[in-house]
Amino acid sequence: MTENALLQYALYFAALIGFAAAYGPYMARVYDGRPGRLGRVFGPLERSLYRLAGVDPDAAMTWKTYAAAALLFNLLGTLAVYALERLQGLLPLNPAGLGAVGAHSAFNTAASFATNTNWQDYAGETTMSYLTQMLGLTVQNFVSAASGMAVLAAFIRGLRRRESENLGSFWADLVRGTLYILLPLSGALALFLVWQGVPQTFGPAAKAALVETVRYDDGGKTVSTAEQTIPLGPVASQVAIKQLGTNGGGYYNVNSAHPFENPSPLSDFAELWAILALAAACCVMFGVMVVDRRQGWAVVAAMTVILVPMILFCAHGEQQGNPLMSKMGVGRLAVEGPAATSGGNMEGKEVRFGVADSALWAAATTAASNGSVNAMHDSFTPLGGLVPIFMMQLGEVVYGGVGSGLYGMLVFVIVAVFIAGLMVGRTPEYLGKKIEAFEMKMAALVVLLPPILVLAPTALAVVSAQAKASLANPGAHGFSEILYAFSSMGNNNGSAFAGLSAAVPFYDVLGGLVMLVSRYWIMIPVLAIAGSLARKKAAPPGEGTLPTHGPLFVALLVSVVLIVGALTFVPALALGPVAEHLMMIGGR
Amino acid sequence: MKTVLGQMRPALAVFAALTVLTGLVYPAATTLIAQLLFPRQANGSLIARGGKVVGSELIGQAFRDPRHFWSRPSATAPFPYNAASSSGSNLGPTNPALLRAVAARVAALRAADPGNAAPIPPDLVTASGSGLDPDLSPAAALYQVPRVARARGLPAEALRALVEERVQGRGLGVFGEPRVNVLELNLALDAPMTRALQRDAKAVTH
Repeated sequence: MTENALLQYALYFAALIGFAAAYGPYMARVYDGRPGRLGRVFGPLERSLYRLAGVDPDAAMTWKTYAAAALLFNLLGTLAVYALERLQGLLPLNPAGLGAVGAHSAFNTAASFATNTNWQDYAGETTMSYLTQMLGLTVQNFVSAASGMAVLAAFIRGLRRRESENLGSFWADLVRGTLYILLPLSGALALFLVWQGVPQTFGPAAKAALVETVRYDDGGKTVSTAEQTIPLGPVASQVAIKQLGTNGGGYYNVNSAHPFENPSPLSDFAELWAILALAAACCVMFGVMVVDRRQGWAVVAAMTVILVPMILFCAHGEQQGNPLMSKMGVGRLAVEGPAATSGGNMEGKEVRFGVADSALWAAATTAASNGSVNAMHDSFTPLGGLVPIFMMQLGEVVYGGVGSGLYGMLVFVIVAVFIAGLMVGRTPEYLGKKIEAFEMKMAALVVLLPPILVLAPTALAVVSAQAKASLANPGAHGFSEILYAFSSMGNNNGSAFAGLSAAVPFYDVLGGLVMLVSRYWIMIPVLAIAGSLARKKAAPPGEGTLPTHGPLFVALLVSVVLIVGALTFVPALALGPVAEHLMMIGGR
Repeated sequence: MKTVLGQMRPALAVFAALTVLTGLVYPAATTLIAQLLFPRQANGSLIARGGKVVGSELIGQAFRDPRHFWSRPSATAPFPYNAASSSGSNLGPTNPALLRAVAARVAALRAADPGNAAPIPPDLVTASGSGLDPDLSPAAALYQVPRVARARGLPAEALRALVEERVQGRGLGVFGEPRVNVLELNLALDAPMTRALQRDAKAVTH
């Protein structure tokens, strides 16, 4: 690993933590209904929206009402995206004249964007009209992220409140998260990206006369083209929120590897920062809301302790390059100076990002449930590619999705205090709330569901002829493609080993269901825990209370997350990336 | 069930309002400001020569003429650098198809420049993630200098200087990797100034 890579990684975490410290307290005020200066700008809009909807923002919701509102809203979103995709041929803002998206693909995409997964079985520039991208996909990028943050706010209220049924109002949380947290950041990031070169226009694709005519083989006969069609569109506005909202669904087929979606090292750093920025800020917000900031920072520490070694491991794997290519005389060492090269494994990577930024992105995007990519993970070295798979399999709780990552992690916190309580023989408690049988049952559901959603469909796929026909690579790597796909959909990530041709009924339908179950069957038990905790009395800390802000607890929490993840997935990983690595260094 | 039905009106109204706000107002306002502040970038950073658009500075093109610097291999279909259909190869590191393709590219580079024994920079024989990578690493551009110099009858030193002055360093000195934009480099090669240099070089040798 180069010194420059380490410097970039250090700056990355500095930018992340600095932002979280500043923005987290503001987010806490937003969910308390005190957005400050922005309230003067958007306040009238917010209030007229409540009037239109007949909503009292201060009305109490029980956990069941809160869950019903969240599910209903997400159902509407799913249906709207499906309808837009199927009808886009008849609707305006479609300069390329694209027709309706096929039924199973449209279902998959609708489920994918509503669940904040953004798994994409399609190529954006050749499938979705401007209208579908904006009114369907961009909208879901905002509201699926805002839904995740709303559920987190409700969960935190459950921890904070005593003997109460009230988790707050889903509608107020949804609207406030969108207006005050997501929109201002997205607008600023979008303009920064345009400055760096990301297009933002409603005009049609541009045509360019190529400098050299390209000759190519088309079904046996040689044809030539002297023209390049360059697709444009309202790209920056969608890319900004897909990064910030941990959505990840690209405007173009290759996502942020596309030079229009991510044109420069600076745009890359900004987009990378946006992947984890809000998830980190959510942790600080949590600390502020439970009136003990150390609790939030302890969670950030646990997440960072897991993420940093993963980044280094991935970067190391990629920097080693491909020994099978080295044998042919291809260089692999990084060189500074006038004849600079990043060295390493460059298949599927862009020169402007090189090895260091591609590895950082791969680890960050799968730590968060973002799933955008700036390099093709399918072409990573086996050990480099193992990192994104394993990060997803940890359940998207290492930073994780905005909102959803932290509520997932807090469920692991509950499991960790329960285990600690068992060890010393005391009733476990967290933030003054006793953790009892009901909470543990719900937590077990949350922790156990994703592994089932990953491993069962993977097993089904390896015996399905249709699923296997979609593979782009033979042998162990082909198995990794399937494992990656369901690790991604089963944890609402959305990135892919993109060689897999996923636009077939098997992956579309099964994957769509997996994404829906993973998102909502976790959301409901999380809200149930919140409802149960809110009803409890405060249990004053005693001598046997385990402090949950110190290094000891951070280490315990990290162990629980890693052990659950490793025990469940090591056998599957051995069949995929590990087997491939052994074959590669064995020279086969 | 009553809980769900009671939430129907807020769900519909909030969904409609947020759709208008985030799906129409937000992209439209961003477009308006972007077109005012950064019109060149917002419309694709297009490059025109003699009133004709010859490409975008951000989108690579295929170059196979020995007198041009070759761009990286591209996996787009049906032809390389098809900007309308971005794609990587998605071939795994042990896939025989990948290793065959790389071996063929290595052989082509060696055949075009038999005296060049330098290790081949990896980006020159691997397909980019987008299939549209506009850049080469400085090493990959400099590797091609002897071949291009010979094909154009230019002194290698002048060509090397042309490449080196076009190297873009890391962002703010730290971020990303140094790189050379291939389309701009080749346009500079084809420009009248460089052609004059080419004539002078010929005049000296003859």
